[in-house]
Formats: sequence, C-alpha cells, structure tokens
Amino acid sequence: MCMKDSNHIPLLKVKSISKYYGRRIGCRKIDFELWPGEVLGIVGESGSGKTTLLNCISGQMEPSEGAVWYAGNGGVIDMCAAPEPQRRLAMRTEMGTVYQNPRDGLRMHISAGGNIGERLMANGLRHYGKVRRKALNWLEKVEIDSERIDDIPVTFSGGMQQRLQIARNLVTNPRLVFMDEPTSGLDVSVQARLLDLLKGLVTELDLSMVMVTHDLAVTRLLAHRLIVMKDGEAVESGLTDQVLDDPQHPYTQLLVSSILHP
Amino acid sequence: MNRQSNIQSKAGTKNSCIDSCIMEGYNYAYLDEQTKRMIRRTILKAVAIPGHQVPFGSREMPLPYGWGTGGMQITASLIGSKDILKVIDQGADDTTNAVSIRRFFSRTAGVLTTTRTQEATLIQTRHRIPETHLIKDQIIIYQVPIPEPLRFIEPRDKEVRRMHALKEYGIMYVKLYEDIARHGRIAKAFDYPVLVNGRYIMSPSPIPKFDNPKMNRMPALQLFGAGREKRIYAVPPYTEVKSLDFDDYPFEVERWPLCCALCGSDSSYLDEIILDDKGSKLFVCSDTDHCNKRVDKGYRGNQEKPVQEAKTCIRTGERKCA
Ligand SMILES: Nc1ncnc2c1ncn2[C@@H]1O[C@H](COP(=O)(O)OP(=O)(O)OP(=O)(O)O)[C@@H](O)[C@H]1O
Ligand SMILES: [Mg+2]
Ligand SMILES: [Zn+2]
Repeated sequence: MCMKDSNHIPLLKVKSISKYYGRRIGCRKIDFELWPGEVLGIVGESGSGKTTLLNCISGQMEPSEGAVWYAGNGGVIDMCAAPEPQRRLAMRTEMGTVYQNPRDGLRMHISAGGNIGERLMANGLRHYGKVRRKALNWLEKVEIDSERIDDIPVTFSGGMQQRLQIARNLVTNPRLVFMDEPTSGLDVSVQARLLDLLKGLVTELDLSMVMVTHDLAVTRLLAHRLIVMKDGEAVESGLTDQVLDDPQHPYTQLLVSSILHP
Repeated sequence: MNRQSNIQSKAGTKNSCIDSCIMEGYNYAYLDEQTKRMIRRTILKAVAIPGHQVPFGSREMPLPYGWGTGGMQITASLIGSKDILKVIDQGADDTTNAVSIRRFFSRTAGVLTTTRTQEATLIQTRHRIPETHLIKDQIIIYQVPIPEPLRFIEPRDKEVRRMHALKEYGIMYVKLYEDIARHGRIAKAFDYPVLVNGRYIMSPSPIPKFDNPKMNRMPALQLFGAGREKRIYAVPPYTEVKSLDFDDYPFEVERWPLCCALCGSDSSYLDEIILDDKGSKLFVCSDTDHCNKRVDKGYRGNQEKPVQEAKTCIRTGERKCA
C-alpha cells in the first residue's frame, strides 16, 4: 500500500523557488515535479542559475522564496522549512549529492574505503568488517580496483574521483540523487564510461535523479525530462526527446542547433 | 614517609589561621570574585549538559597557556578554605608543574594540600586519573589543551557546533576505520574519544586510554578546563562514558609485559624507564601516590625480573610478578 501511495505522489515537488543574491537573480519562480524513478535534466548556459536551483532544492541553500516538498520515508517534509535535524537526516540517508568538483564531495585525505564508509557509519553501522565489505562491493560497482581501497582520493584520476563520489553517495541506497555537472572536466572517453555506469546504476537501483549539465548529449542519454534555464528562469520544459527534437523556445533552438553545428 | 597523613599546609599545622597563610595583595585564590562567579555559572551549565563544551571568558593566569590555565581557573573558582588540594602531572605529585600549582593555591587560598588521593577534595590533573577510585564529593579537574574532538576534520567552529548539535558523528568512526585499515587496530592511545551520556562526543584530554574506563559512572564530579581555547565541560557523577569502538574491534586498554618494579602492581598504568645504553628497562607505576601506598603496605616488586620471565607470566595467563 505504501508502495502504491508513494508512486502516486511526486518524490519532489518544487513550488515557485526563487533565489536572489542581493539584487542579482540566481533563479526565479521555478516549478516542477520529480516522480519516483525519474531522471530530470537541468540545462542552460553558464550563469543561467542551474547550480543555484540545485542547491535550493537539495537543502543546501535557503531559497529566497518558495517551497520544496520531499516525500521521504518519514512522510512529506518541506526541505526549506523543516527543522534542521529532520532535513539533514533525510539528506544523509535518503539523498545524495555528487558535486562538479570532487573536492567538494570527497574527503581528500581519507582513504577510499573511509569515504565510502562514512555515511554507513554516520547512520549507525558499528562493524568494521561490514563497512569494509560494503566499501569493496561499491568500489567494484563503480569500477575502481579493490586494491585502491586504502588509497586517498588525491592519488586518483578525475574520473576515478567522480566514481568514488558516486559510490560514497549511493552506498546507503538513497532514493534521490542530485548531480551537478558530474562529467564536466573529464576526457570524452572517460565521460562516456561514467555515463554508462550512471545509466546502469539508475536502472539497477531505481534511482530518482536531478542532474545539472550544459551538455545536451548527456541529457539525451540519461534524462527522461528536461528543464531549460536562461537568466534564472525556466524557459522550456518537457520530455527530453520532445525538447531536443522539437524545441519551442528560441533559446532552446539556439542551444540545440549549437550542438548540431559545433 | 609520614604514614598517618600527607597533608601539608604552609603554616605546618592543619587549622592555622587561614588569613595569615594567604599572600597579601591578591584576591582569595587569585581570581577576582566576579570572574569566579562567571566560571561557576559556566561549570553549572557544563554539568547540566554532560560532555557539551561551554565557552567562557578565560582569564590570564600567572603562567603561560599550556601549563594548565584552564584547570587552574576551575580550581580557583571552586576552592574553599576547607578544601584539600592534590595536583598531579602525568600521575606524579612531585613534578615542577604540580608542585608550583599546589604552592600557588596554598599561598593564594591558604588551603591544605596533599599527595594522597583519598584525602583530597579537589584533584587537579594533567594527563592521568589516579588509580585509587575516586568517591562521591571529590572533584577531579582536568587540564585540557585541545577540547574539540572534531577539530582534526573540521576547522570551522560553526560547522563543528552544528555537528555536535545534530549528533553527526560519522566522521569520528571514519577516523577509527582509518586506523584499523592502516594499522590493523585502533591506534589512538591518548585522548581517546568518548561518548558521554549517549549524547555528546567528548575529548577526555590527553589521558591514556587506560584511564577511560575510570570515567564511566565515576562517583566524583569530573570537570575539564581549556584555558587557551576558552572551554569548560563536565561529566557529572555516575554518568555513562563510553569509549568509541566497533563491534568487531572493541575498545581495549594497554597492557605491560611486567608488573611495577617497585610495588608489584599488575593493574596500574606503568611508565617505562630505560636503565642503561643496552636497553634494559623496568616499569613503574605512573601514579606515585598509588605506588607509595602499596609499598607502605608492604607490597614489593622485583626490579631484576627480566622482561622474558614476565612474558611467560602473560602466556600462562598469570600476571603475577612479585
Ligand atoms: N554566491 C553568489 N553570490 C552572488 N551571486 C551569485 C552567487 N552564486 C551565483 N551567483 C549568480 O547567480 C547566477 C546563477 O549562477 P549559478 O552558479 O547558479 O549558474 P550556473 O547555471 O550553475 O552556471 P555554471 O554553468 O557556470 O555553473 C549568476 O549570475 C551568478 O553570478
Ligand atoms: Mg553551476
Ligand atoms: Zn607501583
């Protein structure tokens, strides 16, 4: 019954979120819903407000106005207004965030195993052997050699660091993952492998995801739906294929044509 | 050594006129009354929230930070003319630091001092908890250099406070995890973090982890003072204090290959003493009062007993050396 219910309400309901940095607009009056198992892409040029929006809806930044309703395991909470303990609990058990810069999402001087194990231990696991086994298991899932479990992330390549971030977030089986440009800064071939990996994990784990990117090819591969942002506003949204194949807004048309004729 | 009592006062007699003992030109116990009241209020707050660090307006003391100014300010705020003070440094009553702090309070507060744990009402300590069980109505005051157990990972004060407030302690276990991954065991031997009353993670000051179990449900009040960092925290009597560990790597205290060479004790914290260039060594109690008391009672150790023989003791499960 629970399952049925949870499929009948959106996992995330974003209601008129705005963020102003003084007089400058970060993002303005954004509305959308994210359904269980859905991957939503947020695209737009640099400075269009993608990161601002993502931070507001993932509980990491307080929006200037609006609400974000999250239908979590413990009932629906307003990510902007719920008491901090409740919010942070949801964030560290049911949500994950993969940052554009691995430095923001990893502890660079803690071993790979410790990085993966942190959320498990934060959520009460007090058994070294079990933490270790889970860490090994996740290293394998994200295709990092298990030999590297005791190495620190500064000794990893950029692609490995991103994969480690993903493992660190997914180890507690979150329902919802936020990603900010997870593939930018990586070589094209490394990018492609990471995307394959992500696609596999999303299906395998039935993840819901909000992913920020300026790369339309990435959204084509992963996202079910798209929001196109410009100057802090959502100028167009819809199913990915529809938006990319038949863009309505002139700005989206420009974006799409720019990847067709690079 | 005087068997009956080790209580000393400046005037030499137990109840001589306090005023005549106190140095002129200073307030009672050095600090002014307003400061002492402020520190007492801080202590009350600290006692009310076991393990929680309470900021206070730390004052200058006539010795540099790092020499126990936090502990001294607590002692100065609590000490009354009827108190009997014991001060230890690494377990010993006779080191320069312990002697000078003791002399300081006997001069500024005219109190009696002692080296005997069971006679003291206040015990100020650096780096040890006495072996003698502390009892109700005693107060132990720890000198603390670094009060914040989360500091190693998070330099921002605001974030650290938030982690405590929300009980986000995963990172403390990551630290233990890293130890085991690297060394095969939890390597931390001093200042081993504890969870107080099931709520706050606390740094017990650089006592050896050997002393951690003594903090658990101790009948005496435990107060911690960090002068430079301006923090006071407390563990009220009979409060649960648990050393952090994993189910499959439980907390353990250190052991020695020998018993105390002086008193034969097999249950106290031992210091290693190198005897010569050839590396011969012996072990003696770090708690000098405890050791003296045992020797006075007739217990003896065996200085010549080589490490080899004692190891045999351990193998047979017996830790008898004398
Ligand atoms: N901390 C801040 N203070 C002031 N203005 C900010 C701040 N962060 C972002 N902005 C402004 O808000 C707008 C949106 O920025 P945001 O970082 O959300 O864009 P973005 O779409 O993520 O860009 P990019 O693709 O370059 O990462 C920009 O005009 C930016 O200058
Ligand atoms: Mg951005
Ligand atoms: Zn001894």
